[in-house]
Amino acid sequence: MNSSHLTTRAAREGSAPGSGKPVLEVEHLSTCFKTDQGVVTAIDDVSFELYAGETLGIVGESGSGKTVTSKSIMRLLSEHLSFQKEGSVVRFEGKNLVTATEDEMRNVRGARIAMIFQEPMTSLNPVFTIGWQLDEALKYHTKLNRAERKQRAIEMLELVEMPNAKRRFDEYPHQLSGGMRQRVMIAMALCCEPDILIADEPTTALDVTIQAQILRLMDELKSKLNTAIMLITHDLGVVAQTCDRVLVMYAGRVVESAPIAQLFDAPRHPYTKALLSSIPKSGRREHGKRLPTIEGLVPSLFHLPPGCRFAARCAYRDAHCDAVEPELTDAGPRREVRCHYPLEAPEAN
Amino acid sequence: MWTFILRRLLYNVPVYLGILALLMGALRVNDPISGKLGKNPDPSDYLALEQRYGLDQPFAVQYVKLLGDVVTLDFTDVESWTNDGLFVGEMLAESIVPSLAITVPALCLTSVLAISIAIISAFFRGRPVDKTLMVLAVVGMSVSFLVYVIFGQYWFAYLLGRGSGLSYFAIGGYESGLANWPYYCLLPVLISTFVAMGYDTRFYRAVMVEESGRDYITTAKAKGATKTKIMFVHMLKNAMIPIITRIMTTLPFLVMGSLLLEVYFNIPGMGRVLYKAIQEQDFPVVQTFVAIFAALFILSNILTDVLYALVDPRVRLS
Repeated sequence: MNSSHLTTRAAREGSAPGSGKPVLEVEHLSTCFKTDQGVVTAIDDVSFELYAGETLGIVGESGSGKTVTSKSIMRLLSEHLSFQKEGSVVRFEGKNLVTATEDEMRNVRGARIAMIFQEPMTSLNPVFTIGWQLDEALKYHTKLNRAERKQRAIEMLELVEMPNAKRRFDEYPHQLSGGMRQRVMIAMALCCEPDILIADEPTTALDVTIQAQILRLMDELKSKLNTAIMLITHDLGVVAQTCDRVLVMYAGRVVESAPIAQLFDAPRHPYTKALLSSIPKSGRREHGKRLPTIEGLVPSLFHLPPGCRFAARCAYRDAHCDAVEPELTDAGPRREVRCHYPLEAPEAN
Repeated sequence: MWTFILRRLLYNVPVYLGILALLMGALRVNDPISGKLGKNPDPSDYLALEQRYGLDQPFAVQYVKLLGDVVTLDFTDVESWTNDGLFVGEMLAESIVPSLAITVPALCLTSVLAISIAIISAFFRGRPVDKTLMVLAVVGMSVSFLVYVIFGQYWFAYLLGRGSGLSYFAIGGYESGLANWPYYCLLPVLISTFVAMGYDTRFYRAVMVEESGRDYITTAKAKGATKTKIMFVHMLKNAMIPIITRIMTTLPFLVMGSLLLEVYFNIPGMGRVLYKAIQEQDFPVVQTFVAIFAALFILSNILTDVLYALVDPRVRLS
């Protein structure tokens, strides 16, 4: 494994985003937590595919299960306090990660599926140098020797556009700004050229200009390395900029999935529509008018309604919605929606 | 680094000067010589003693004298009031080794055991292993120190080996020399370790548990680090900061010895010497020992700061 590998894999597997076989298949993934008040199902029957070279956005409010989904895939949740329901499958390279051994998982984590987190300020270990932390990932997953690893780490820092990469190598996290730290995190995640990068709110803690830089960087690296990205965010603006496909989650359920353009043009789930209409739009602001919000709260996972989980906040609900929970059903090519009364599809597209 | 150490030292100089002044003032609130001579002393006796021990000198002169003694660590001209012909310097030299013979092994043993158990406990957090260990720790720390001493002396020193006429542990006393160490010192060391274990294990466990919830631990896990690597590299180095603080604050007590243990096991360490001096109102011994103790305390604080800087890069800059 050397730096020329960077381009070879992209060339070898080069394909249009979203085509061919999925690199990751999540099927009926349900994750439960054991709490003092009993067992609670944080994500319920989540299924989706991720294709090489595509960016899949997962959006939803706080507590909708976005992070739990990503951490379940990586098996980063406490095995003592959480478990996956029978039948949960995370298929990666023909293997079900839900039932994989800890050793198998270790070879996947960092090497094949890497992750970056929301808080760049606290995600790096404060008592080790940037170089040490980059080196660690390479040490676990490559056969490079010390000098080669250092060279590779510096290359990675340059790849994420870190100024003075050589000098930064010996610096500590507290000497870097938030944006710089997130670059280090990205470098660390990508240094072993993973097939999948899970980015859990990677720009939430950063200010807007840095946010744009980081998103552009991730996008560039994606095409350079042909990595599939799972971008978890609550920011639909970020989704619009970067994603190919979107999965909308609500109270632990997938409520809608669609290619980006279709989702923004014609949301079919009332929740998605409500989310979209609550984005402030520059340019066509109507003065004196309040920004629409979604009334009410996400239901507590301990007291889920028997019917549709969004019903209580939905403008279109009727008695049927309160009684029976809708299934996730096909709604056109690569579109799914979980609603008894999905909104009208556009006339022509 | 050297400027850092120097700065720390300089900051603490006024602190120590203040402590000495307070100490001397406090010991002179009740006239020490009247205390020694009892009620209605003969004025000539009083004056003679005052002159002999230098208490007739102005406060400032006495202050400089004590400060000089501490700085040069020379107490050979400070006379004990109750042990005739003995000087504080000799008492210090004789009592420091027995103290260290108990406290140093006890501290090492306690720290190693407590940190290991804490790591195991934190590793199995919430599971039966952890719960059992923590219940034991609470029981251990709830039982009075004296109970351990009494049971230790009765079972291990008195009963153990009595049938065969052998004695494995001394009930009390002290002989110098490495060969005598297990007989006289092992039991007090074990008791002291046992007593401290409960508190220390709980403290270190809390530290490790807090560390295990940090974001960078998740990062390390997501990188593919093994559990052992996470525990002993990522967590332990961060946990070193509170661990160092805890160990460092006990350092001065090491030298002063474990007062209770030395009294109960009749070990002639600094703790017992100070204890006796307080009881017998041996004014210069108390004054000197407390002054030394304060100096040790400040030095260990400085050492703590230096170790912080070594462990935590964030301290180095500020």
